[in-house]
Amino acid sequence: MDLLTQPVGVAHFMAVGAVLFVAGAVCMATKRNALGVLMGIELVLNGANLNFVALGSEYLRRDTALSLGADGNLIALFVIVLAAAEAAVALAITLNFYNNHSTVDVDRADDLRG
Amino acid sequence: MDDQVLGDNLWQLLRAAWLLPLVSFTIIVFGGKRLGKAGVLAGYLATGAIVGAFVLSMTAFGLWLNAYGVPKLEHHGGEHHAQAVSSGGVFSLVKFQEEAATEEHHASSTAHAGTPHYHAGEWYRLAQFGNLRASISYHIDALTVCMFCMVTLIASCIHFYAMGYMHDELHDITDHEVHLRDGHHLHRPGRYYRFFQYLSLFCFSMLGLVIAGNALMVFVFWELVGVCSYFLIGFYIERKSASNAANKAFIVNRVGDFGMLIGLMALWGSLGTFDFAASDLDHDGAIAQNEKGIFDLLRDPANGFALAPADGMVAAAAAADPEVQAAPTAENIQNWRAQGYGYWLLVIAGIGIFCGCVGKSAQFPLHVWLPDAMEGPTPVSALVHSATMVAAGVYLVGRFYPAFAPEALLVIAYVGAITLFLAATIAITATDIKRVLAYSTVSQLGYMMLSLGIGGWIGGMFHLFTHAFFKSLLFMCSGSVIHATHTNEMPKMGGLRKKMPWTAYTMLVGCLAIAGAGLPFAIFGWHIGLSGYYSKDSIVMHSLWYGDVMPRHAWLAFMPAIGAAITAFYMFRLWFMTFAGKPRDHHIYDHAHESPPIMYVPLVVLSVFAVGVAWTMPFTGLSLDGLLDSARWPGTNPAEVLGLSGVVDPHQYHGMATIVAFSTAIAGITLAAVFYGWGYLNPEDARRQFAPIYTFLRNKWYFDELYDFLFVRPTHFIAARVANLDKKWIDGLIDTLARGTKGLANLDDVIDRYFVDGLVNAVAHWTMSTGLALRGVQTGRLRQYVMFIVVGTVALFVMISFYASRA
Repeated sequence: MDLLTQPVGVAHFMAVGAVLFVAGAVCMATKRNALGVLMGIELVLNGANLNFVALGSEYLRRDTALSLGADGNLIALFVIVLAAAEAAVALAITLNFYNNHSTVDVDRADDLRG
Repeated sequence: MDDQVLGDNLWQLLRAAWLLPLVSFTIIVFGGKRLGKAGVLAGYLATGAIVGAFVLSMTAFGLWLNAYGVPKLEHHGGEHHAQAVSSGGVFSLVKFQEEAATEEHHASSTAHAGTPHYHAGEWYRLAQFGNLRASISYHIDALTVCMFCMVTLIASCIHFYAMGYMHDELHDITDHEVHLRDGHHLHRPGRYYRFFQYLSLFCFSMLGLVIAGNALMVFVFWELVGVCSYFLIGFYIERKSASNAANKAFIVNRVGDFGMLIGLMALWGSLGTFDFAASDLDHDGAIAQNEKGIFDLLRDPANGFALAPADGMVAAAAAADPEVQAAPTAENIQNWRAQGYGYWLLVIAGIGIFCGCVGKSAQFPLHVWLPDAMEGPTPVSALVHSATMVAAGVYLVGRFYPAFAPEALLVIAYVGAITLFLAATIAITATDIKRVLAYSTVSQLGYMMLSLGIGGWIGGMFHLFTHAFFKSLLFMCSGSVIHATHTNEMPKMGGLRKKMPWTAYTMLVGCLAIAGAGLPFAIFGWHIGLSGYYSKDSIVMHSLWYGDVMPRHAWLAFMPAIGAAITAFYMFRLWFMTFAGKPRDHHIYDHAHESPPIMYVPLVVLSVFAVGVAWTMPFTGLSLDGLLDSARWPGTNPAEVLGLSGVVDPHQYHGMATIVAFSTAIAGITLAAVFYGWGYLNPEDARRQFAPIYTFLRNKWYFDELYDFLFVRPTHFIAARVANLDKKWIDGLIDTLARGTKGLANLDDVIDRYFVDGLVNAVAHWTMSTGLALRGVQTGRLRQYVMFIVVGTVALFVMISFYASRA
């Protein structure tokens, strides 16, 4: 593969990000434990973060006198904060769910079944 | 007075007189119940209207006399004196009426100097088709004015009489002749106002008929009087006998009207006009060709008023002949007329018009309705079925006289003679007092028709007037008797003259009048006789003359005399059975009482007229037959109208006629007295002796049975068959169609339910199942949802990259 022979560039960062994303997606899809799903969500978000950073890195930008060169990093920061907030909300939901059903098994959370 | 102004005035007066009863009718028909308690004011209203009409008619009469003077009979006098010896003996100085005989003596066979005085005009034109006109028009001559006075006078008397006779109808009535299904008699509210409503309508119709100036209007009012007669006969409509009689009257009249329509069509088609006489319609002072009337077209003044088919008739007859090819020019028409084309059309027209009169005036063979018409209340019988409606037929024959060909007159004479004899014989054996009078009316109408048929126009019309008075008098007297005894049957009466003197003696006057009582010789040149004497005398005179001049039909000459004898017999039989002798039913005799004055005063009034209407008024020479003679169309004196020439004058037979009339009357009265008055002979013995004849007469010559067999049964049969056809086949067809429609509807229903609904249900079902299926997707399991997201994203990614690489 070309990725393995070329010098490290954006594609490598994106590949790692993709790996993280897929791992997170698989985790979301396969974990029985709700907390495991949440972890998967975190992974997905982090994979997306890496993407942001990769695309905002110096490989793809043209520096100017007024730019900081930290666009991608800033967005990633936002995403981290959002992830934290979202994790808090998700944990609150999970807690409520546990209070009602005495379990965190997502397979048991089918009250919205049609 | 100027002719136009006089005509206008006469028209205004007579039109007002004609329409007054219509106003009364309209008010009563819409507000009858509200007029006073149970409609009692309706009687006053109707009577007031007809009395008003009488006053107007008399005013018109006065105007007429004022304008034209008192007419004298012109063909009397000279011949009498000159030919006196041939009549023989003491009767040679006979004078027919009081005659100031020093006036001009015309030979009676020449034409009058011109047409008689008349006023004709049009009130309202209903329609016009080219030259053909249908209009409301009038024709006023002396005959019209006299008829108006007579009809309104008799109608006024009868209205007063009816106010008393019908007072029963002012409260609820239990009709003992109607049996309901549960066995009780009918109990109904009174119908007083309805009676006067119909009487008013009848008076309007009759006066309209008299004043009519064209034959179509006559026909319309002809039918109207028939309808009124129907209503009045069927006044007690819940009685089966009454409603049957009303139907019979109307249907039999219609049979006659069928012939009348044919006659009218013949006239209309060939002459192009219905008007009787010429009238200046466009007021230009001259009579154009299209303004001429039937009489002018058929009797051309230039031709001496001789009867000849009009141009239109000749042309129509020639056109109908396939052998005639030429065009109808004036010269051709003259030739054709000489060859006789169009003559039979004239005859048919006359006979057709006469058919209507046969129905209306109850002549043989359509006489069967009049005796049954006695089911109506007695005022109806007096007004409608003795004096006016049945006289309408005779009036029409008299009015139409100039248009009758000798053949038509022969038919009229024969029909009249047969009727005369037929009805008189039936009256001998009838026991219902009103039936006797009904058959008497039929017989007297036959008398009038016979007289008209043999050329005695004046005799026939004169008899119409005198008969109207004494027949209505007789009917009203009989009504008075019925009112008192509550029965119509003479065998239950007897000796009533002590209980009901007014009725008895006025009826005696009536009987004497109808028998033609009078002194056969003159006292100081005056004949004393009741009204019937003069008119019968005139008819017998003409019949004797006819017997000599037309020997082929000589037996017609004997009929009036025979009829007079039989008439006298049965009328006095009636009088003796009712008023003389010992009472046969004491219950009835005890309860009998004289009628109230409102009923017997009209009797007295009418009896005065029954005595004196034929007299000549002293110092003026005014007489009814003189007036009538002044209305006679030129060319219609007895010899001319029969197509004879150079024959003797009828008045030569006057002396002989007097003897004949007198002797027959005396014979009839004496025979009746012998049987019923003094009782020397027992009528029961006569009945047994002549049993077959008696049965035949008692059953009215079996006419009703004959007609029932010939007409009524087949009609019922056909009606039943047709009803069957209607019920089985036509209704069956409709029912089958209905069933088919129902079947189709069922099929539609099935289709609708299974296919259309099924389709809709299937769509819904599919939607539901799809939804249910899709519902399975929603498992509620989180991991699955995540999986969908992931797979979807991947697919999206693949598709985008696929398309991006393609593009």
